[in-house]
Amino acid sequence: MYLVISSYQILLKEIVSEFRTRYALNALIMFVVVTISMVLFSIGTESPSQDILSGTLWIVIFFSAMSGLSRTFVAEEERGTSLTLRLLTSASSVYFGKLFYNLVLILALSMFIAGSYLFIIKEFIVKSYDIFWLTIFLGSVGLASASTILAAIIAKANTKGTLFPVLAFPILLPLLLTAINATRLATEGAFFVEALQEFQILISFIIVMITASIMLFDYVWKD
Amino acid sequence: MTTLKLEAHTVAKIYNRKSIFQNVSLAVKEGMSFAITGKNGSGKSTLIKILCGVLSPSKGTIALSINGVLINYPDYYPYIGLVSPYLNMYEEFSAEENLIFIKRIRGLNSDTDERIKFLLNDFGIYEHRRKEVRNYSSGMKQRLKYCAALVHQPPILVLDEPTSNLDEYGIETVRKAMKLQKNHGALIFGTNDKDDLRFADQIFSLDKLEIGN
Repeated sequence: MYLVISSYQILLKEIVSEFRTRYALNALIMFVVVTISMVLFSIGTESPSQDILSGTLWIVIFFSAMSGLSRTFVAEEERGTSLTLRLLTSASSVYFGKLFYNLVLILALSMFIAGSYLFIIKEFIVKSYDIFWLTIFLGSVGLASASTILAAIIAKANTKGTLFPVLAFPILLPLLLTAINATRLATEGAFFVEALQEFQILISFIIVMITASIMLFDYVWKD
Repeated sequence: MTTLKLEAHTVAKIYNRKSIFQNVSLAVKEGMSFAITGKNGSGKSTLIKILCGVLSPSKGTIALSINGVLINYPDYYPYIGLVSPYLNMYEEFSAEENLIFIKRIRGLNSDTDERIKFLLNDFGIYEHRRKEVRNYSSGMKQRLKYCAALVHQPPILVLDEPTSNLDEYGIETVRKAMKLQKNHGALIFGTNDKDDLRFADQIFSLDKLEIGN
């Protein structure tokens, strides 16, 4: 019960703090607007395949996540509040609080990106919306689960900004490839059962990442 | 009064293959005021963080027992209040919001609201409780750190440079809190200030690795 209460308090603190400081939010929104505009301009009058458009959607989601999700731990280190947090609650509470915050942030971001992408890129046509939105949801959860532990690791490093996408890319590659494939199936109008294998991979990825993170986080958090 | 004992056995800390200190052994019991001294860079703040369970020792062990129950290291956070220059409050929140966040995350009951009010008053920042901490002076921030460390009435109060950044009123309030803490549990502080050292029952020198009175 204590774990739930303290994790919830950290989540709440992160949300209020983000709305007051706009540490990640403004940069993220600008990033999304710029990247979707660039995709739109580069397409021009061409008609790229659904494979390519599915790939570019996840490129936008991946890099937006990379620019925002690391902030949760980096901000604590930069502001010198990580010691305060260590003195207030257990490592598990901090991990789950930050994980849920990243989850809220990436889910909102992915929904916004996917909605804007569907609206702006007319060539991107989704035929199976159930597969599409479930892929966006599971892909976002996967991104949050991997990014949270990576953010905790890189927050201790000197080169925080550049290290995050470099470290995250090999870990997130299986997730991204599977998500791109599932998105392609959604554009082809596949039946839900045809995408089950992709969903199984995404769910397995999430379970493995969260389990490994719970085991690792104590060591990362306490130096 | 709580029966408590905090012990360090042959503790060492190594950073980047460089030894900060080695073979530190000490024991702090309830009702005791224990000072840690040492020249700059001797590792006073590092030892304090290790004793609080926020930094792991490279060698040796730390043991905290409360009423005969051994507390699992490093989960000492419910029993320790720390004031340190390395500790910052959330600047985008007001003093009151910071303390309410601490109350909630620690799972403290509603009686704590009265204690928060008392502490803010005692440390002279009650009138500024609704101002964002980013607008505070360094002395006011130091006072707020004391309020944060004392909200849960910790059996062990740990102070790193207790009177730094404080004016006369602040120093007086801190010294009152130090005296009170001795009756309530134990006090550990790291300093080289001779006036502060008068409050110590035992003084541990990190330079000589020995305990004096």
